[in-house]
Amino acid sequence: MNYPSDGFVAVVKRDCPTCSMVVPVLRDLVNRQVSLITVTQDDPTFPSDLPQVIDDTTLERSFHWQIETVPTVMKIKNGRETDRIVGWHRQEWETFMGQSDLGQELIPMKPGCGAKNVEPGIAEELAILYGDTGMTARHVRLGEFEDDIEACFARGWSDGLPVVPPTAVRVYRMLQGTTRRPDEIIGVMPPNLAPVNVEKVAVNAVMAGCKPEYMPVVLAAVEAACEDPFNMHGILATTYHVGPVVVVNGPVTERINMNSGINALGQGNRANATIGRALQLVVRNVGGGVPGEIDRAAQGNPGKYTFCFAEREHDTEWEPLAAQLGVESGKSAVTLFCGSGVYPIMDQISRTPESLARSFAMTLRTVCHAKYAIVADAMLAVSPEHTRVFEQAGWSKQRLLQELEQLLLMPTAPLARGVDGNDEGMPDFVLGAPALPKFRPGGLLIVRVGGNAGMFSSVIAGWPASGATGSVPVTREVRS
Amino acid sequence: MTILIDPTAEQKPAVRERLPRPRDLAGLTIGLLDISKLRGDVFLNELEANLSERGLTVKRYKKPTFARPAPVELQQKMVAECDVVIEALAD
Repeated sequence: MNYPSDGFVAVVKRDCPTCSMVVPVLRDLVNRQVSLITVTQDDPTFPSDLPQVIDDTTLERSFHWQIETVPTVMKIKNGRETDRIVGWHRQEWETFMGQSDLGQELIPMKPGCGAKNVEPGIAEELAILYGDTGMTARHVRLGEFEDDIEACFARGWSDGLPVVPPTAVRVYRMLQGTTRRPDEIIGVMPPNLAPVNVEKVAVNAVMAGCKPEYMPVVLAAVEAACEDPFNMHGILATTYHVGPVVVVNGPVTERINMNSGINALGQGNRANATIGRALQLVVRNVGGGVPGEIDRAAQGNPGKYTFCFAEREHDTEWEPLAAQLGVESGKSAVTLFCGSGVYPIMDQISRTPESLARSFAMTLRTVCHAKYAIVADAMLAVSPEHTRVFEQAGWSKQRLLQELEQLLLMPTAPLARGVDGNDEGMPDFVLGAPALPKFRPGGLLIVRVGGNAGMFSSVIAGWPASGATGSVPVTREVRS
Repeated sequence: MTILIDPTAEQKPAVRERLPRPRDLAGLTIGLLDISKLRGDVFLNELEANLSERGLTVKRYKKPTFARPAPVELQQKMVAECDVVIEALAD
């Protein structure tokens, strides 16, 4: 955008008391033959009685000049801005203009007002109209009388609940939540192996109801879902219940107000609810993972709408999950676990770690089937009241894992097919060993989560195809 | 007019696609929808006779008035009972 001429350009708006106050000074400068053009942001008739007032009610000029405060006065030489001042400060104006005795009747100093082009809502509209947003996704025009939320359902973009219609302004705002370029490819999403760029993640994050500051977490979750070891394709294609479970660790959880306390695995927290949902919408819309098509789950589980929570790290000595999986302390990370629903463990009696660990083991033994060993992974979600029993006895998370490993060595004889009048069980060829572990090495994860009260923990059971042949948990650091 | 940003991988047209047409009518239930415009029934009677002669299952439906969309109940009934619907728009 070219500047109007050599001389000075003053950008003002009627709505600004400082601008109204300096109008006599602007008239005085014109009378002194100073080359001055006034640009008005909100009212083409303001200021009156000045020879050269340019109407910038579209705010295009203000946008390109990056005006933040009014009045702004810019000094122009050979069509280029060389300097600018903002607000009213008599001495500063006099020096800037090379004049003396300006605005003698005015108070010596008055700060300016926020420019109209940077008002929330307007700034985004202008960026889309006049700026380089980097957004390249296709535009979908709705019918004149088409309801926008219904249109999203009709086009198959929804998980069954209403989505926030992804307008350009909303997507642009979402993109402000990350420093990454909209066209950056962050992975290839199964099952269609479609490249996912930051913009597509932002569109789906808008639909899920995310705030822009959730974007780094959503991006990390999508990156993790695209990792081959997580095997998103298999997780969709299986007839089993599973879907991605998103565990978030580190300082980002408090920054975006995630819930790791009361009802953290349930409803009610925007970040928990919408981050997990955004991931599932990317899987659906970009990856093409649609129930009844590639998603073949016989029953599914309610967590396939969204299943995301933060680990409760702030009041415990227990090592966070991300740290156990190799993330440096103080950094934020997302871990994806292929899991199904939440199965409760009740123990209100145990006050020793030995007894409580046995309660955990008894339930963990039933993951998938009580007669199965080394089949599915599991995530054990330990409540604060249960954690306290271990911490008071000096048991770390690692110690609990080791003890559970011993408790979950299952003698093989009862696992055989046909035992207990039940045809299911382990095949004969693995029954030679005296005992089998319930979980493969690394197949049991522990997180601490929940409100202060309640001696109830839970198991989030994994997929019978866990490990290298199926899905392994994937952790990604959260970047800005 | 509202413009939305496409959340998909853009592998399908932006315009909503029609359901694929069946290659063959054998075994399908065909609904004939009379929109209550004059003499539409004449056309549909001919169609019904023709389709029935070919051993196809035909069901008849009628909108209360051509001036308004079919009532939801009627739409649901047709979706539940038919694989294909022929709508008579004739005047």
